[in-house]
Amino acid sequence: MSQMTMIQAINSALDTMMDKDPSVIVLGQDVGYFGGVFRCTDGLQAKYGEHRVIDAPIAEGGIIGSAIGIGVNGLRPVAEIQFADYIYPGLDQIISELARLRYRSGGEYFSPVTVRAPCGGGIRGGQTHSQSPEALFTHLSGIVTVMPSSPYDAKGLLISAIESNDPVVFFEPKRIYNGPFDGDPNKPSLPWSQHPAGEVPEDYYSIPLGKAAVVEEGNELSIITYGTMVHVAQAAVRRAGISADIIDVRTLVPLDVDTLRKSVEKTGRCLIAHEASKFSGYGAELSATVQEECFWHLQAPIVRVAGWETPYPHAFEWDYFPGQERILAGIRNIMESV
Amino acid sequence: MTPKSRLHIPHPSARPGEAPDFSYLALSEAGAVARPDDDTPAGKIENLAHELVRVMDDDGVARGEWVPDLGAEQLLEALRLMLLTREYDDRMHRMQRQGKITFFMKSLGEEAVSIGQGMALDAGDMLFPGYRNQGLFILRNTSLVDLMCQCLSNTRDMCKGRQMPVMYHNVKGNLFSVSGNLATQYPHAVGWAMASAIKGEDHISAAWVGDGSTAEADFHYALTFAAVYQAPVVLNVVNNQWAISTFQGFAGGERRPFAARGLGLGIPGIRVDGNDLLAVYAVTQWAAQRARQGGGPTLIEHVTYRGGAHSTSDDPSRYRPIDEWGAFPLGDPVKRLKQHLVNAGHWSDEQHAKLQQELKETVMAAWKEAIKFGTMTEGPRLDVRVMFDDVYEEVPQRLIRQRQQLVDLKGEQS
Repeated sequence: MSQMTMIQAINSALDTMMDKDPSVIVLGQDVGYFGGVFRCTDGLQAKYGEHRVIDAPIAEGGIIGSAIGIGVNGLRPVAEIQFADYIYPGLDQIISELARLRYRSGGEYFSPVTVRAPCGGGIRGGQTHSQSPEALFTHLSGIVTVMPSSPYDAKGLLISAIESNDPVVFFEPKRIYNGPFDGDPNKPSLPWSQHPAGEVPEDYYSIPLGKAAVVEEGNELSIITYGTMVHVAQAAVRRAGISADIIDVRTLVPLDVDTLRKSVEKTGRCLIAHEASKFSGYGAELSATVQEECFWHLQAPIVRVAGWETPYPHAFEWDYFPGQERILAGIRNIMESV
Repeated sequence: MTPKSRLHIPHPSARPGEAPDFSYLALSEAGAVARPDDDTPAGKIENLAHELVRVMDDDGVARGEWVPDLGAEQLLEALRLMLLTREYDDRMHRMQRQGKITFFMKSLGEEAVSIGQGMALDAGDMLFPGYRNQGLFILRNTSLVDLMCQCLSNTRDMCKGRQMPVMYHNVKGNLFSVSGNLATQYPHAVGWAMASAIKGEDHISAAWVGDGSTAEADFHYALTFAAVYQAPVVLNVVNNQWAISTFQGFAGGERRPFAARGLGLGIPGIRVDGNDLLAVYAVTQWAAQRARQGGGPTLIEHVTYRGGAHSTSDDPSRYRPIDEWGAFPLGDPVKRLKQHLVNAGHWSDEQHAKLQQELKETVMAAWKEAIKFGTMTEGPRLDVRVMFDDVYEEVPQRLIRQRQQLVDLKGEQS
């Protein structure tokens, strides 16, 4: 075991898989010589060569489209999109091609592409470097969508993503690249070395796709969340002084319905939190699923805490971000309902 | 042995610790490239995409058929605007380093592109800048205070706190809103030009992208539409050699010049010395005149060099020689225009130093004024309710409720 940031854990996952499987190829803007603008691919080109860690032109559609072809020809591409906010020129390739290739060819063609993209706010990125577009991808049939909340999960899930023969969109919450973040920007930032999930094995291990993690156990309330918001929810629960299950969904599609059901059947109350805007956000799917699965166990209406329905504004980053106060208000709301 | 296919991986000519090497740049002598009439058919002037239009020689003397009709007064104004842009950049860069703004992008070394082109276009022409075209905003009389307030996201911010620094716009100045996404403005410029022609007006549009962004599909959509409809647009590629850490070879610059990207579509291309204000002005005037009289689009490649980092988040010493700019064969656009004016007897070192000092003071005074409207950490703050405006023309009921929730929440906290 060693201490790793999420960046180092992602780097370690790529390194582990490139070492284990010569068909694994990394491509993206600035990923090669430079090692990525967030350093996730640092050192990989020097170790595995320019034909396996490939700097790409600034063309997200080209990166994803060519990754599909690389995958069809037997290699296992991991494409980096520099920011999730820049993934949209690649959407046609993801929606019309990557998601449906297996289906439309009667199961005979597939491309095991992993698309990595840093997402989320909290770095003063304004509306072009802060978005959480996961719901655009979870709506597609044929794509696995993942968002880890810790270095340990990031490595294990990324290895599973690379090994998967299904295409995976792998979102990395960049605010927690270097340390867990509880939603309070005025507190000094914590390093991952002070968090148990910053302990990461250097060798191969994997975390299965499609399995949620219960990061805290309790019996009064179930909080279902993912990404940066896992840490914000933990801090809010401590402040609220209640006993809550906190479930980190980790894999958004396929969703681990069993873990959600067991928790809500136990607690009878459910709060859903994510950074993206509420309307048609992924929380809508979570809410509908919980309602379908657990209606007769619910003691209060399901509450969603999410970003406002505006683009992510530069000057009002912390008013936009659904921090502890908004989760606490949600908790009060749900606990006071009878 | 049977030959096998092998990928070509582009390599820049020098990495950190190595001597800069610009031998890959094809140069022409100043004055060597002929200036065709602006109604010459595209097929007869394909040489312009491969040669390099230069007016000023290494001694600052203007030569050849592209020497523009610019008087000393206009050239002195161009020099002043380039210097002002550089002083503005310098001040804002330092303010980012001091934590007063979150981010900044300088245009160091590329000032002649914005200033030379801006001067050659009419006030009614619509400009679609990239994020390194602050010179266009300065040239079109956007006040420094307004530019600074945008970077500060303060109570006078034209973007109402929504955009990262440098994403300016100026409606009165016919300057479109700068996007953080790359090359997206290129098709917009073509569409604007199509509308101008549909409406029977003689305004044209112009757009800018970097060498790296030519890889984006939007660049190619724009060229296709411009060619098909012969839209009155001047499309510019500012080839500053570097797209963050990847050199221009990763956008395909090793094979053919960026100016030649339109040739297959019948769009004339001109490759110009982007650090030669006279040459930039001359080719822009040529392309604008051609567009205005129904000759359609032109693609101009400005060969220049990104003198600074990509942005304040970047560290170029990790991927290119630190002294590379000093070895760039086309020099520094400010020094070159200065030399030209000094040689012609219109300017002196003393006047230059005095002007620089004055502009420094102008910029400092603007900064002092700008911060009165607040910074990210001090002074007046924008009303948070502004966050919910302008998502739609009228604020919808859902957003009115969310706005109230936020106001109530903040009230409880305070």
